[in-house]
Amino acid sequence: MTMLRNLLLLCLGLILAGCDRPHWNGVNMSGVSWGREFRLQDTSGRERTLAEFRGRPVMLFFGFVQCAEVCPTSLLRAAEVKKQLGADGKGLQIILITVDPERDTPDLLRDYAAVFDPELVALRGDEAATRKTADEFRVYYQKVPTGDSYTVDHTALTYVFDADGNLRLGEPHNLTAEQVTQDLRQLLKPKADT
Amino acid sequence: MNRLLIAGLMLLATTAAQAQNTAPVTVKDAWVRATVPAQKATGAFMQLTSTEGTRLVGASSSAAGTVEIHEMAMVDNVMKMRAVPGIDLPAGKTVELKSGGYHVMLLALKGQVREGDSVPLTLVFEGKDKKRQSIEVKAAARPLNASAKGGEMKGPH
Ligand SMILES: [Cu+2]
Repeated sequence: MTMLRNLLLLCLGLILAGCDRPHWNGVNMSGVSWGREFRLQDTSGRERTLAEFRGRPVMLFFGFVQCAEVCPTSLLRAAEVKKQLGADGKGLQIILITVDPERDTPDLLRDYAAVFDPELVALRGDEAATRKTADEFRVYYQKVPTGDSYTVDHTALTYVFDADGNLRLGEPHNLTAEQVTQDLRQLLKPKADT
Repeated sequence: MNRLLIAGLMLLATTAAQAQNTAPVTVKDAWVRATVPAQKATGAFMQLTSTEGTRLVGASSSAAGTVEIHEMAMVDNVMKMRAVPGIDLPAGKTVELKSGGYHVMLLALKGQVREGDSVPLTLVFEGKDKKRQSIEVKAAARPLNASAKGGEMKGPH
């Protein structure tokens, strides 16, 4: 009986405080112990880390250039989200990490990334660094031969980091730009309603 | 005499084109995703409608060294792209090659595909009688950052 009353009071309190649990379109990843850092080269050969983007939200996607549609549509969606957020985007940074460093040369990556967003940062590492980064972000990737070429199976979630560098969301490929923008707006909303 | 010869040749050419075009399939909105210079692969998308049951069993293009029919699947958020032996086209039903499903994969591209280019594709169909017929299609190159959700033209503005 007391428990029920306490529960009701708690609910009432939560409603009054306006801190009803947020609803995300993507997968909530807040609090996970992985997905913290990478150390890879950008297309000009400079070493980049996730830490240097502190202060700005980040959308991170793993992919490769010879990818027929999941990669271009994911990057297109990220670019649309950035546009939809407008000034609220507060310098939203889109990052692409290639899972095909063998074919994705710095020049190819630079040309490719610029098509979607001139500020997109495209990163690559050697095989070991790529595998290490993918493991850190729990990204699966695997070369699969096709004809006399190969394709790469890979995790197609777009990770969203808040401005403090915390991994918060994984946005599946089937969500629309509008749905992802909704998540970003909620995430970037100023916390204190005092 | 000359005129007659030309007329005769033209008639022959028309007949040849018709003979090649006997596959009972209509191709709509064929397009290919443009590429950046060093890119060696891209996908082609379209809508196929056949008046009788048939099957898309192959494709080729003068713009690519290899052309395959691919199926894309998302399994536990992992993108998998696989070559498939063919795509069934039931009579009267429009089958869309689009995002999240099938596409024609152009590999070993011979050059950059620029927005607005017209990429020739030969589609090979096999009917119930195992006879093969082909159709020539020109796929328009849409921007690399075009959406592949459906047949509609939707670019960023
Ligand atoms: Cu493909």
